[in-house]
Amino acid sequence: MTTSPSSAAPTGWSREGIAERVAQDIPNGAYVNLGIGIPELVARYVPAGRTLVYHTENGLLGMGPSPAAGQGDPELINAGKRRVTMMPGAAFFDQATSFAMIRGGHLDLSVLGALQVAANGDLANWSTGADDAIPAVGGAMDLVAGVKRVFVMTTHVTKEGEKKLVERCTYPLTGRGVVTRVYSDLAVIDVTPRGFELVELAPGVSFDFVQERTGAPILRNPSR
Amino acid sequence: MIDKRVASAHAAVADIFDGAAVMIGGFGEAGSPIELIHALIDQGAKDLTVISNNTGTGLVGLAALLRAGRVRKVICSFPKTAGSTVFPDLYRAGKVELELVPQGTLAERIRAGGAGVAAFYTPTAAGTPLADGKELRVFNGREHVLEHGLRADFTLIKGRAADTHGNVLYHRTARNFAPMMATAGHVSIVQAAEVVDAGTLDPESIVTPGIFIDRVVHVPSPALESALNEAGASYP
Repeated sequence: MTTSPSSAAPTGWSREGIAERVAQDIPNGAYVNLGIGIPELVARYVPAGRTLVYHTENGLLGMGPSPAAGQGDPELINAGKRRVTMMPGAAFFDQATSFAMIRGGHLDLSVLGALQVAANGDLANWSTGADDAIPAVGGAMDLVAGVKRVFVMTTHVTKEGEKKLVERCTYPLTGRGVVTRVYSDLAVIDVTPRGFELVELAPGVSFDFVQERTGAPILRNPSR
Repeated sequence: MIDKRVASAHAAVADIFDGAAVMIGGFGEAGSPIELIHALIDQGAKDLTVISNNTGTGLVGLAALLRAGRVRKVICSFPKTAGSTVFPDLYRAGKVELELVPQGTLAERIRAGGAGVAAFYTPTAAGTPLADGKELRVFNGREHVLEHGLRADFTLIKGRAADTHGNVLYHRTARNFAPMMATAGHVSIVQAAEVVDAGTLDPESIVTPGIFIDRVVHVPSPALESALNEAGASYP
């Protein structure tokens, strides 16, 4: 079957595709915190030859992959409360030490999910502010306050088609001006002092298609 | 001779009073002192303020304490873990108060409380609703939020091993909040799977020094929240 790119919605990257794209941008030796949910996929796609050290804020550096189903230790878990393993060189520590790593700027990178990202780098990812919602924040506000580079992994729009990359966030903020770069199913976009700036389009996706689904102007940098 | 051992979990929590502030260790089920929590449910103290990262799952442990109607207020960072229904139901019904604190701020507030630091400034939550009503100050061009140290009347934690002096070792990610909570409780109680004589544990490996611990309870085979939930357990 063939489809015309102009009539059919381009598929862009899958969740795994986004994760693989993020992993390409993480340098060897980096200390990285992967947020709960879609960012957890990134660990599967680290390019050969690179060693990353994963931090999970509940108290482990050197987190390894999940054990086989039914295996593992119920007290060796990640921030999503799922069982994990530990790598050679791993270390355990308490919560004050863990957040000293985070808030103190010792981690190189944080990869988080998002409800909204604004052109000024504001992030909203903990609450929609709905009256019946149970607010829960975990370590997200500490991560964005302290980690040098914050990558956001997200679908470009919600399941209902609402824009997630916006001029200004309408949901309660996690942090102001904290997002470095956004990886969506459609594109890689930097957050710069000039606003959103295109880094790369997903295969088969046009710039106009991305811009139509983005709530603020995207600069096309011809030098890229 | 120092010997901080008490005969049972029930004896350890016997003097927890109505209206007490109680710190409870654990991140999810890792480090949750279920036997001490269940003893507290049996003991009956009410109007408690509970300081803990989560609110428990299923109908055991922390969730059971909430379900028994003993908790007036929860101070935590993440009250809606998958599998937690008790807290959300109580919260929506207006039957429990919530003070939501970012996880790192919660840890540091407990650390500060235990260390005799009244308050501190953190960049976390600046510009967000969780900074509303709090004192702000700019350091190095960046807005910071004043957060107060936290102390409690009692602390309940779980260790892998403890000695008669109250020195404690933990198990993997079950350590989480316990070392800070041990310092911030007026009376700090540890349940440990192994209890040994002073001089047995390597002093170089001690995580919580015994000065912070008041009572040691031997719980040889502590229950796990997930195992109890899979078995459909509820407490009491």
